[in-house]
Formats: sequence, structure tokens, C-alpha cells
Amino acid sequence: MAMRKAKSLQETQHYSAKDNAVGYLLMTPWLIGFILMWAIPAGMSIYYSFTDYNLLSAPNWVGFQNYVTILTTDTNFRQALFVTLGYVFVMVPLRLIFALFVANLLNKKHVGMAMYRVLYYVPSIIGGSIAVSVVWKQIFGNQGVIMSLLERFGIEQEYSLVGNPRTALFVIILMGVWQFGSSMLIFLSGLKQIPDALYESAAMDGATPIQRFWKITIPMLTPTIFFNLIQQIINGLRIFTESKIITDGGPMNSTLTYVLYLYRTAFTNFHMGYSCALAWIMVLIIGLATVLLFKTQKSWVYYEAQ
Amino acid sequence: MVGEHKNKRLSAVCFHVFSLLLGFLMIYPLLWLLASSFKSNDTMFHNTYSLIPESWDIIQNYSSGLEGVAGYSFLHFFKNSAIVTVVAVVTTIFSSLLAAYAVSRIRFRGAGFWFGCIIMTMMIPSQVMVVPQYIILRALHLNDTLVAMILPWCFGSAFFVFLIVQYMRGIPRDLDEAAMIDGCGRIGILFRILVPVVQPAIASAAIFAFYWIWQDFFQPLIFVGSPRNYTIPLALNMYTDPNSFNNYGGLFAMSVVSLLPVILVFIKFQKYLVEGIATDGIKG
Repeated sequence: MAMRKAKSLQETQHYSAKDNAVGYLLMTPWLIGFILMWAIPAGMSIYYSFTDYNLLSAPNWVGFQNYVTILTTDTNFRQALFVTLGYVFVMVPLRLIFALFVANLLNKKHVGMAMYRVLYYVPSIIGGSIAVSVVWKQIFGNQGVIMSLLERFGIEQEYSLVGNPRTALFVIILMGVWQFGSSMLIFLSGLKQIPDALYESAAMDGATPIQRFWKITIPMLTPTIFFNLIQQIINGLRIFTESKIITDGGPMNSTLTYVLYLYRTAFTNFHMGYSCALAWIMVLIIGLATVLLFKTQKSWVYYEAQ
Repeated sequence: MVGEHKNKRLSAVCFHVFSLLLGFLMIYPLLWLLASSFKSNDTMFHNTYSLIPESWDIIQNYSSGLEGVAGYSFLHFFKNSAIVTVVAVVTTIFSSLLAAYAVSRIRFRGAGFWFGCIIMTMMIPSQVMVVPQYIILRALHLNDTLVAMILPWCFGSAFFVFLIVQYMRGIPRDLDEAAMIDGCGRIGILFRILVPVVQPAIASAAIFAFYWIWQDFFQPLIFVGSPRNYTIPLALNMYTDPNSFNNYGGLFAMSVVSLLPVILVFIKFQKYLVEGIATDGIKG
């Protein structure tokens, strides 16, 4: 909307030379960064994705071979895609449901609200830190908190949750859900925008609290839910630190995330060309996910008529 | 009436019991980290869940952690992190502010196009660009330097541009025009009129930048190779390798140290942070 408006302004308006000069002067740092860190790398990356570049020798053109290999025979790619999509499909809904639930709880007038808000938000700010991944590994790993608790109750386990290929990914998912705080804050500010009058008139008509939640809160919040969903999916697809530190992709590749696989391909095996092809497939997946979400928007996101 | 009152009391009690329990679960990992940094290495893994050390060894843990690894003390890594973070935060916010002002306030040719490009870079994850960025840095002989970790940030970041643009849009243009009539130039308007008004947005962008850069693991891991240039996340990663550093007490102690600046900034500036998320959430 805003962009279309800006365009029609451009067509009708004459630019003063001074505005042009000042505009580009102000944009200079960003433009340098855009060219040096985005435009040139993007071009190089597209080119390398069609080569066998390995840092040591000059790249040879191989056409679509990298893409064909990835999509037809690369079992690690399939595993990484499966793990990453699984992570996103389980973690994001759980995190959002939890965030919405807690935001609803905190949207009442009780003593100590500010303290709870802070308490729940702290994991979100430190979640990306190495220190937290280290802690997670120790809590769920061998000799960890869970194992020592189980032992206490006399339950002997052969594998820890981190050591078992069936449960390792859930440990990482749990860490994602644990960081529900920032979504919760966004929901809280969304909840505060819903006019009280809506709830009051519904209550007068005899609607139960549960009905009010489903018929008023949820529809009014759908724009916020949509925004959260897009952001969390894009962020979730790039998970790396947790799987690198807690499990290093194991056991048996059960936590090999897409970015971890990309990292290994490029910086352990030095298959630079191949990893660039992997990167562009990831861009396609993210683009596709975003387009699909925007397509579904009409059928479930409720925008107030303005 | 009395029954209703009692009901209310009961629901308040239930609420607080639940909230406190959840709050305890949420910060248990942090309490556990702190407690473990006080435990002696030989009792560390006995009743691991306990938050009360069986035998204390604070001095040994923190001093052995500070000694560092690979011939560098932990303070050296701390210094590297501090340099990278301060320079990167200041430059990225400054560049983002200039770009935000240009696209939201100056009528120049291509403003809409460049704003579109800014939004586009926000959609593409930085991990995708990391291989060619590494190749470029290597060609410039900048890989394995502190500069390599600053360079991706110092020209501004789309998220911060977007955050400041959103805030600036809410400020009436009359303010600029009045200043212009009083003889203020376009650059003067930005620094004298707008910066004081958009200060909350700048503050929350700066705090986010601090968190991301201080905790960033991915880019340093790729751009830096020798321990001399390690930041704290890379150093802690080396501490977790049992072959180079087999000392859990030291690892946990330094993990606590690495989180301290983050927690302190949060306590000091949480107002800006919560506001930043709220405005971004509504308008985004």
C-alpha cells in the first residue's frame, strides 16, 4: 500500500536536485553494504551454485548438476529438510499456543504482572546464546538433570534424551518453546487493543468466557497471529546454534538441521559450489512458505474495515 | 456476594501459584547454571538437578575459567567481544538511522525501490550469503580479523531500518516543515528534530543489536579461525570440547560471565525492549 502510494508520488512529483543528492548521501552507507554484502555475494553465490568450487582450485562450470544431485540422490539433504521442517511444524505452533495462553493469563489485573512478564521474557533474550545451549546439553544429556531425577526415582535409562535419536530433536524443540516470551509480548499488546466494549456486550448476551475467547479474542488477534507465524517460521528454518552445540547434528543425523548441513558442506568438506546450491534451495523454500501463508491469509485473517 | 468474593480470592491464588510455578520452570535452567558454577567438579554430577551445591568451589571454578584456553585468558575473549559489539552496534544503528530517514522523509528518485530492497534483504536469511561473504572477506585478506565480524553489520541492517521507519512514520511532517522554515537543513532536521523524538526506537534497535551481536555464533564461527580473534561464543564453544578443556566448573562459570552483560542490559533497558516489540508487533 505504502509503496504504491510512494510510486504515484514519484510519477506526479518533480524531484529537486538537492533532495536527490541528500537522499543518496544518506543512503550511502546502506548502499555500500547492500552492494558488498548482498548484491555481489548473491551474484557470486548463484554463479558458484553452478560450479564445483572448493576454495583451492578455480571453479569449473557443471551446469545444473549440483541441483540435480541435491534433489535426486542426496540423502543428507532429505534428512536435513525433514528435520528442519519437523522442527518448524512442531515448535512454531507449540510456541504460539503457549504464548497466547500465557498472554491471556497475564492480560488481567493482578499484583505482580510486571514481574511475571519479565520472568517469562528472559529466556527469549538469552536463548540464542551459547551458554544456554551448553546448559540445555547438560540438563538433558548424560549425567544431566533429567537423568539424575529419573535415577532418584529408580528409573534406569540406557540413553539420555539427547543421546536417543528418537527424542533428541524434541530436546531442541523444547528449547524453542521455552523461548515463547517475545511472541507473548506481541500477543499481549494485541490483546490490549481489543476494545472492552466487545467483551461487555457479549457478556450481556450471555456468552461464556470460552465462547468470548473463540468468537472475539481469536478473530481480533488473527493479524497478530499471522505476523507471528511468518516471523517464527522464517526464524525457525534457520536454526543452527542449538543443533550444533547440543547434539552436533546427532545421534544418527536425527538433529541435522538445514543450516548445519549447509555449514558442514561448505566449511568441513569445502564443497562451496554445492553449498551455494543448497542455500538457494533454502531461499526458494522460505519464499514458497511465505507466499503460501500470504495466500491463505484471506481465508482466516480478519482485518477491521478501515 | 460473599461467595463471589471468595471465588475471586481463590482464582487469584490459583493464578499466582500457576504463574510462580511456570516462572520457576522458566528460570530453572539459569538458576541451575549459576548453582553449577559454584559446585566443585567432583560433586558436579551427583544429584545434578539440585540447586544447592554439595561442596562449594567458587574461586577454583571462576579462576580456572578466567585462565582461558589455547594460551589466551578469558578476558582477552571478553575484550574481543566488547570491541566487536560496541563498534558494530554504534555503526549499524547510525547507518540504519540515516537510511531510515532517507526512505521515510526525503523525496528522492528511487526511494520506494530502495525501501523494497531493504525489505527484501530482511526476508533472505544471512546464512544464505555467508559462503560468498566469506570468499569476499578472504579475497580482501579480512577473514580471521575482528573487522570481519563488524563488516556485515556496520552498513546498517534491514530490521533496524524498518523499526526506525515505522516509528518515524508516526511523527507528523509539520515538524520537519516548521524546522525547514526556521532555516534548518535536511541533515539538521534529522539530528536536531527527529533523533530526540525517535529516540525510543533507536534505543530498542540498539538493544536488539547488542543482543544479536554479543551472542552471535554463526558468523564468527565462519569468519574467524585463530583463537587470538575469538569472541566469547567461540571461546565457550572451545571450552565445551573435552579434548581442549575438561573442566565443567570453569565452563559453567564463564557461561555465567558471558550472560552477565545481557542480563544487566535487560534490567536497565527493559522498558525500551518491551515497547520496541509492542510497536513492531502492531505495525508489522
